[in-house]
Amino acid sequence: MTAMSSSWIDIGALAAIPIQGARLVKTPKGCIAVFRTSHDEAYALEDRCPHKDGPLSQGIVHGRSVTCPLHNWVINLETGAAEGADKGQVATVRLKVENGRILLDASGLAAIGKKAEA
Amino acid sequence: MKKKLVVIGNGMAPGRALERLLEAAPDSFDVTIFNAEPRVNYDRIMLSPLLSGEKSFEQIVIHGDGWYVKHGVTLYKGCTVTDIDRAKKTVTSATGITADYDKLIIATGSQPIIIPIPGANLAGVLTYRDLDDVQAMMLAAKARGRAVVIGGGLLGLEAAAGLKEQGMDVTVLHLMPTLMERQLDTTSGHLLQRAIEARGIKVITKANTKAILGAKRVEAVELADGTRLPAEIVIMAVGIRPNSGLAKTAGITVNRGIVVDATMRTSDPDIFALGECAEVEAQVFGLVAPLYEMANVAAAQLAGDETVKFKASATATKLKVTGINLFSAGDFAEGSDREEIVLRDAARGLYKRLILKDGKLIGVVLYGETGDGAWFFDLLKKNAEIKEFRDTLIFGPGYAGGAAQDPMAAVAALPDEAEICGCNGVCKGRITTAIDALGLKTIDDVRAQTKASASCGSCTGLVELLLKSKLGDAYNPAAVQPMCPCTKHGHDDVRRFIVAKGVKSIPDLMQALEWSTSSGCAKCRPALNYYLLSTWPGDYKDDSQSRFINERVHANIQKDGTYSVVPRMWGGMTSAKELRAIADVVEKFNIPAVKCTGGQRIDMLGIKKEDLPAVWADLNKAGMVSGAAYAKGLRTVKTCVGTDWCRFGTQDSTGLGIKLEKFLWGSWTPAKLKLAVSGCPRNCAEATCKDIGVICVDSGYDIHFGGAAGLDIKGTDVLGHVDTEAEAIEVIGALTQLYREQGRYLERIYKWAKRVGHETIRKQTLDDKERRKALYERFVYSQKFSQKDPWAERASEGIDAHEFAPIADLRLEAAE
Repeated sequence: MTAMSSSWIDIGALAAIPIQGARLVKTPKGCIAVFRTSHDEAYALEDRCPHKDGPLSQGIVHGRSVTCPLHNWVINLETGAAEGADKGQVATVRLKVENGRILLDASGLAAIGKKAEA
Repeated sequence: MKKKLVVIGNGMAPGRALERLLEAAPDSFDVTIFNAEPRVNYDRIMLSPLLSGEKSFEQIVIHGDGWYVKHGVTLYKGCTVTDIDRAKKTVTSATGITADYDKLIIATGSQPIIIPIPGANLAGVLTYRDLDDVQAMMLAAKARGRAVVIGGGLLGLEAAAGLKEQGMDVTVLHLMPTLMERQLDTTSGHLLQRAIEARGIKVITKANTKAILGAKRVEAVELADGTRLPAEIVIMAVGIRPNSGLAKTAGITVNRGIVVDATMRTSDPDIFALGECAEVEAQVFGLVAPLYEMANVAAAQLAGDETVKFKASATATKLKVTGINLFSAGDFAEGSDREEIVLRDAARGLYKRLILKDGKLIGVVLYGETGDGAWFFDLLKKNAEIKEFRDTLIFGPGYAGGAAQDPMAAVAALPDEAEICGCNGVCKGRITTAIDALGLKTIDDVRAQTKASASCGSCTGLVELLLKSKLGDAYNPAAVQPMCPCTKHGHDDVRRFIVAKGVKSIPDLMQALEWSTSSGCAKCRPALNYYLLSTWPGDYKDDSQSRFINERVHANIQKDGTYSVVPRMWGGMTSAKELRAIADVVEKFNIPAVKCTGGQRIDMLGIKKEDLPAVWADLNKAGMVSGAAYAKGLRTVKTCVGTDWCRFGTQDSTGLGIKLEKFLWGSWTPAKLKLAVSGCPRNCAEATCKDIGVICVDSGYDIHFGGAAGLDIKGTDVLGHVDTEAEAIEVIGALTQLYREQGRYLERIYKWAKRVGHETIRKQTLDDKERRKALYERFVYSQKFSQKDPWAERASEGIDAHEFAPIADLRLEAAE
């Protein structure tokens, strides 16, 4: 059911994600969280908070941000950057929504699983 | 290239130095900190409010973990440096870490002096220096018992007040005739003693401790005159000694402390020392203001500004014991060349004494009312000429101009250079400029921008007056705390609005109350969801996306992203069938950990999210439902075995516990709700630290409420006595409902009770039978909609299936 079209991978319907929720895409290098906001935008981030690796897909989605379920870091869905006083960066993966389907940029998958060397 | 700066010690002085250095020269150093304590930098001044229970550790952290990450500072926690090699320019820790330095800061602080008397090394002899000491004291205080504090100085008295607040029986021993003799004169020392004694703390002055007695642990303290004071713990608070051993071994010049010049450099110019371990101008310091001054100097010097030098200035002292106001500064010894001005007001418990020399103010002692402290201290530090208003000087700035003034005017009269916050060295001008320029509106704004009142907080009143003098009526300190940054409304306002306007959805509510964000935040949404759910049972549809993950998937998320699962065991009772089902599930799903919880349940930890529905299906088959171990709702009802088995049992406590749990389960409450029922006053179910507890007695049931045994420790208050089990259930239902209707989201029962008053709760849920019945019925009605097992819904009805499966699995495609 996933079909390659140039470098875009169809991962499923936007409607399959709850509004203000997220679902996972499993990849060989780890999980990607795909979020859907209250305005029906979709964003994809590596499912790993820069703070303590918390699964961002399990957080509360508000505006264009998600609050990590482990220690309440707030991550910007567009940029992957931590908001407020916290500093950190999550890898983002480009995607587009066409005809209600979510297409993930295959080349972006390479960024997954490369935790900041620290 | 960046130079390497190594800091030994992570107390307040080096913390401040790094802040200033990173401000002034953000990119000049790679910083590495070795902290002997296994934690981040926290505010040691606040240990006393921590001990007395007025603050939590989180509230006194200065630099959280994020700060170190943000500034690229490497922090080794729990690493004591044991060696400095000045030739190689390296330091090495006991844990074997070696770091190179270009510049080194030694900030090893000080250690409490242990008086060398017999028994000083017994278990139970504590000092008062860091978080570990406070935690040891709080632990000891839990057993109540008796404490002896040796030392009636600032620290000793704060420790004594804190331990008393924790419920201990406390005696203070002081070698000198009056308390705090270094900061106070005799009169104020006596007044202080009386105030301390009025709190139920015994004070013995001229007490020469001879020995601490005990076989393995402390049992008593013996004085030179033969008096024996029984004690379970002894706190030594007789003074501090600079930690200079490390520096000395490295061949750095050491006297009492590590000797530094006015630039904070030691005898080795690449090595700085600051804080309580440093000795400058033949003086060592223990109060925060000069230590911060040292930090400023060291930071400036490291950043390349060599003009900034340390100059010891007068310091002021305040005692941080709630309800005792005391301020002293400067020199107040008597002398033929000095004159004094004294004001007493017995009725108001006031004592003020000023010491003058050559027409200048050199010493101040204020007792009972300390509002003018900053003004006097300013005159003292500036060496100001006071001849012209000498006659009215003692009445404070209000009279300095001739006419009486109110406190607002007094603050307005302060010059811009007047120091408001002694801890952080913030003067009035800096605060008022910040208020104007940055449009500051609240005390928190001022703290964030200027650091004034951000350390010990004793100048908060002054800062608030400044805010008021600048903002006029626009400043309202009693203004409601907004729920979160998305709104200006407080919890109670929002709730009233929901009821009054009949609002039944989160988007409607946000629209009507003009939320400043489109979809709220992780703080307000769960609260709104709860308020709507509890106000409109059966009518409002729960918004699962506004719930924290645990309540959304009915399991508890763990640090590695797996979940834990706790099935309900009614009243803590279980059976072979249930245990067998649990054992089977554990084996079938390779669950790595099984443990007993504090609430008499079994917890299975480390379950993969996608396995949850299958785990629940198996548990459901054995008749078990969700134990709601994740819920802001009913958790558990603990019981003892009561009349079923116990030879002391007075009632069927197990039976009542099970009935209560079957009655209350599934309900949502503002915060978690834990109950216990004990079959007799021996209280084996520990009912007196629960949100709601029942103690069975021969004549019926004593109902308790508002206990806590988590972040805070608090025994319950008695709600009242009822004769029958049915009444007990009705009262508890009514109490739960009132809490559901009035509690703010995340506010436990004890905090709610403290806020609204125990008496009004008692009236509504016990005394006023009609009111009680109505509350009970509202609760019963709402339960009609909440008692559905969420596990069964997900295991066999396919609800929220999207939660437990990925939307796509690219592992195979990518492998091709």
